[in-house]
Amino acid sequence: MSAADYETVIGLEVHAHLLTRTKMFCGCATTFGAAPNTQTCPVCQGMPGSLPVINRRTVEFGIRAALAIGCRVNLQNRFARKHYYYPDMPKNYQISQYEEPLAEHGSVEIELGGERRTIGVERLHLEEDVGKLLHEGELATARSSQVDYNRAGVPLMEIVSRPDLRSPEEAVAYLRTLRAIVVFLGVCDGNMEEGSLRCDANVSLRKRAVAILGTKVEIKNLNSFRHVQHALEYEVRRQGQALDAGERIVQETRLWDPERLRTVSMRSKEFAHDYRYFPEPDLPPLDLPAASVDEIRAGLPELPAARRRRFVEAHGLTPYEADLLCQGRGLADYFEAAVRAHPKPKAVANWILNELLRELPGDDDKAIAACPIPPAGLAGLLALVDDGTISGKMAKDVFEKMYRTGEDARSIVTREGLAQVADAGELGAVVDQVLAAHPQVIEDWRGGKKAALGFLVGQVMKSTQGKANPALVNRLLGEKLPKV
Amino acid sequence: MSEPRISREDVQHVARLARLELSAEDLVRMQAELSNILAYIDKLRSVDTAGVPPTSHAVPLTNVMREDEPRPSLPLADMLANAPDAAGDFFRVPRIVEE
Amino acid sequence: MLAALTLDALGARFRAGEATPSDAARDHLARIEAHDPRVRAFVAVTRDLALAQAAEADARFKAGKPLGPLDGVPIALKDLFCTRGIRTAVGSKILETFVPPYDCTAYQRLRAAGAVLLGKLNMDEFAMGSSTENSAYFTTRNPWDLDRVPGGSSGGSSAAVAADLAVATLGTDTGGSIRQPAAFCGIVGLKPTYGRVSRYGMVAFASSLDQAGPFTKTVADTARVLQVIAGADPMDSTAAAVPVPDYMAGLGGGVKGLRIGIPREYFIDGMDPEVERAVRAAVEVLRGLGARTEEVSLPHTEYGLAAYYLIGPAEASSNLARYDGVKYGLRASGGRDLVEMSSKTRAAGFGREVQRRIMLGTYALSAGYHDAYYGQAQRVRTLVARDFQRAFQDVDAIVAPTTPGVAFKVGEKADPLQMYLNDVFTVPVSLAGLPGISVPAGFTREGLPIGVQVVGRAYDEATVLRVAHAYEQATDWHTRKPALEAAPR
Repeated sequence: MSAADYETVIGLEVHAHLLTRTKMFCGCATTFGAAPNTQTCPVCQGMPGSLPVINRRTVEFGIRAALAIGCRVNLQNRFARKHYYYPDMPKNYQISQYEEPLAEHGSVEIELGGERRTIGVERLHLEEDVGKLLHEGELATARSSQVDYNRAGVPLMEIVSRPDLRSPEEAVAYLRTLRAIVVFLGVCDGNMEEGSLRCDANVSLRKRAVAILGTKVEIKNLNSFRHVQHALEYEVRRQGQALDAGERIVQETRLWDPERLRTVSMRSKEFAHDYRYFPEPDLPPLDLPAASVDEIRAGLPELPAARRRRFVEAHGLTPYEADLLCQGRGLADYFEAAVRAHPKPKAVANWILNELLRELPGDDDKAIAACPIPPAGLAGLLALVDDGTISGKMAKDVFEKMYRTGEDARSIVTREGLAQVADAGELGAVVDQVLAAHPQVIEDWRGGKKAALGFLVGQVMKSTQGKANPALVNRLLGEKLPKV
Repeated sequence: MSEPRISREDVQHVARLARLELSAEDLVRMQAELSNILAYIDKLRSVDTAGVPPTSHAVPLTNVMREDEPRPSLPLADMLANAPDAAGDFFRVPRIVEE
Repeated sequence: MLAALTLDALGARFRAGEATPSDAARDHLARIEAHDPRVRAFVAVTRDLALAQAAEADARFKAGKPLGPLDGVPIALKDLFCTRGIRTAVGSKILETFVPPYDCTAYQRLRAAGAVLLGKLNMDEFAMGSSTENSAYFTTRNPWDLDRVPGGSSGGSSAAVAADLAVATLGTDTGGSIRQPAAFCGIVGLKPTYGRVSRYGMVAFASSLDQAGPFTKTVADTARVLQVIAGADPMDSTAAAVPVPDYMAGLGGGVKGLRIGIPREYFIDGMDPEVERAVRAAVEVLRGLGARTEEVSLPHTEYGLAAYYLIGPAEASSNLARYDGVKYGLRASGGRDLVEMSSKTRAAGFGREVQRRIMLGTYALSAGYHDAYYGQAQRVRTLVARDFQRAFQDVDAIVAPTTPGVAFKVGEKADPLQMYLNDVFTVPVSLAGLPGISVPAGFTREGLPIGVQVVGRAYDEATVLRVAHAYEQATDWHTRKPALEAAPR
C-alpha cells in the first residue's frame, strides 16, 4: 500500500494568551519578558492558603472569540481542577474547564487554493497557563531544571477543533485564520515567538473511505506556522511508512525537533494521565446573563473573513491582496482610511503592500500605529501622481522622504522643486535640444532601432533631472522625430 | 481482613498517582486500613440518588469575579525565601525525565 | 487575674482604665509559661510581638481612641492560619520550615480590630483528626484531664481558651474540628455558615467544607469575634457578599416562641448516656425559657459520615498535591529524579492519617471509581442538605448533641474508623454548609465536659447565637474552670 491510500486526519488544539492586564486568577501582571519570578504572588505560585478569583475580562474575551467563530456560549459554565504532577504547575493541578466549558460547537472557514472549507470547532474554554522550565541542556538529559513562575496563571483560551483537517496545509490555513481572528478581536496579540499562540496537533491516518479514526498521535508545542507544517508533514510520512510496514501506531505524545526535523517520542508514561477532574470548589460557577452575551455580540468588529470578502467585492482587490491587508486590524484600518481619502483602492493597496510594508519594521498594529506616514499622507501622495504633479517614479523618492521626515508630500515636492515638468512649450524646447545633440541616434531610430527612442527619452529625463512628464515626452518625441 | 475492598495493585497505582513512596509494609497496612474504611463507606451504595444533583458548592453563589486591575506582585526575595533549592532567581528541581 | 476574664469583661477593664492591654498580655504569657508545658496548646509563643502589639493598644486606650471591643485582647491562632514572617507548619513535618510571606484575611481583620497575637496553636496535621494526636509535633492535652485529648483538629485552640491561656482563639471546622473540641473542653466553639468568613490564607484541607471560627468562654464573646472576622473578601470567591448583621443586637432576644427541632437520628445506640441526658436536659431548659420544641427527622444522617469521608479526602488529595518539595517546605534527599524526590518527600513529610486520606481521596477520584465514590458522595450530600432545608421549614433552630461521647484518653482510639465516628453529629452540618455552635451543657460524673450543639439556617448565626446565649445564661456551666495547678505569679 502506498501513502496515497491513506487519509490524513488532523485536529488542532490552539492555546491563546488572552491580552488582559492581569492573570487569570490573581492581579499579577502578564507582560512578557519580566525578570524571573518577579510577577508572582501567593495565588499564582500556589502557596498554602491561597485562593483563585476569576478575572472578568478573560470571560469577556473568551465570549468575544467564541461568538466570532460561531460557537454557542454556555451561559452556565464552570471551572474544574485537572490533576497531574509537573514542576511548572505550582498546585500540581491546573484550573481549567471540563464538562461545562465556556463555549462549544463553532466553526472556522479556511480558504486554500481558491477553495473554501469549513472546519468544526469542538469547544472553547478558559484555563490558567503554567510556568516556564529551563533545562540544564535538553529535557531528556538534564540533571536539573529551573522554574520561573511568571507565566503561571496567565489566562489561556483553548480552542479545540474537530478532526476535520485533512492536510498539513489545511492545518496551517486554519491556524492562520484563527490567529487573524483573535488578533483582530484584540483578545490575543498572536505573537508566536513569545508563545502568545501555541498549538498541539493530533494526527492519525486511516485507509480511505474508512469511517473510524486511526490511532492518533499528539504533537506538542508547535509555535510557528513553519513548525506546524513541517512537523505534520513529517508525522504523516512517518505514520504512513509505519503502516505500510505493517506496524501498529502507538498512541503517544511526540515533540517536534526543529533542529533534526523530526518528531520525537516523549518518554512514554507507565500509565496514561488520569486527570481526576472535579468542579473547582474555590470558584462558584458562572451563570452569565444572556444580555451580557448579546452586548458583546453587538460590539464585535467586522471579522477578517467578512472584511476580506468586502475588500475583494467592493474594492476589487485580489483575494491575495485582501488576505495580506487583513492580517491585522491596524493594517486593514489604514487601508480603508487611505481609500476614503483617495478612492483608488488598487493603487492604495499596491503602495501599502509594496512600498509601505517594505519600510515598516513589522505589520502588526503597533508598527502601523507608529508609522510616520498617516493614511491621509499616503492619499495625498497618490493624488499628486494622479493629477500629474509628479511621476510614479518620483513618487517613490518622495515617499521615502515622507517616511524619513514625516513631512507631507506636497511640502516636499514644492520645497525641492520636484514637480514634473509638464509644460509642452518648456519640454518642447528640451526635446529640441536633445534631438539636436544626437543626430546619430535619430539615424538609428530611422533605421528601426527601437532602443533609440528609449535613449532619447532618457536624455530628456536626465536633462530635466527626472522631472519631465514621461507621457508628454513620448508624445513630443513622437511628433518631432519624424519632422527632423 | 475479609475480602479486601481494594486490591494491592490498586493501592500501588493510587500511591503512584498520589506521589507517595510506600514501603512494602506500608502497602500492606494501607491496603487493610483503606479496605476497612471503604467497607464502611460502601453503605452509600444503598442510597437512591437517581435524579439528585451533586453538591459542589455548599451555599449557592454564582458569577464571583474581579476587575482586570493589577495588584503588586510579591518581591522576588519573598517568593524564593521558602524554596528548598533556589538557584539565583529560579527554583531548582532535580532531573525531570527518569533515567 | 486578667486571664480568667471573658473578652467583654476584659474590654470593660481596659475602658475603665483598671488594666492595660500590656497587663493582659503579660498575664497570659505568664500563664502560658506556667501551664502550657503540660497542656501543650501552643506550637509557638510570639512573646515579643505580643508585647509590642499590646503596647500599641495601650497607647490607643490612653489617647481615648480604642479600635473597638477587640482592641488589646490577647488571642491566638490555629497553626494553619498564615501569618506573615511567623512559621506556619499546619501540624506537619512537610511545612516545618514554611514561613508565609503574607497574612490570612482573618488575622488581618483581627489585627485591624487591635487584637494581640500570643502565638500559634497545635492541631491535627492538615486539620485531619479529632484528637490532635495526629500532630507531627506533640499531642495537646485536655485541661480538664491531662491524660485525655482536647478533641481535634483544633485541639490547641480549644485547650488554650479552656485553660485561660488566651481570651479567644481561632480554629477551623471542616467536619467538626471546632465544635467537637469545644464540647470536649467545655467552652464555646462556632462553625459559621460556609462562606461567612474568608478562607484566604487558611491552609486548605477540604475547600468546600473548611470554615474558620472562634473559640471563646461565652457566647457573647463569640459574637464579638465573629463580628470582626465575618464578611466578604475580594481574595476569596466563596466568601459571600451577604451583609454582616450586628451580632450583639439580638443576642439577648431570648427564645420565647422560637421553634426548636430535636433530630431523632441524633440520639443513637452506643452514645454516652450521660451525653444524652445532658442534651435532653438542655432541651428542657430551652422549653422552660419559652421555646417550642418538636421532633424533626434528618433521615440521611447515617450517611453523612460516609459521604464526608469521601468528599473531604478527595478535596484534600487535591489541595495537598502541591506539597512536593519544589517550592516550599520539606525536600527529602535520596531521590534519583523529581518523581522520586517528591514521593519520598511526601512519604516522609506526611503522617499516617494524612497519607491515608490522600490515598482514599485519590482513589475516590480516579478513573473508574469517580462516579461510584466521589459522584455518589456529592449526591448524598445534596440529600443531607435537603433534610435540613425541609426541617427548617418547620423550625428556626435545631438542638442536638455535639458528639456521641466525651474526651477519651490519649491513645485510646487507635483505629481510624473509630476516630471518625466522633464526627457523626457534626459532619452533616458541615456538608450542608450551615452554622453550628457547641456550648457547655454539663459534665459527666468524672468531671468531663459535655457540649450541646445549636444549628441554624444559612447565614442565620444571629438565631444560633441567640438560642445558645439564652441557654448559657440560664445555666452556669460556662463559669466553671479546669483545676490546673495555680500559676506561680
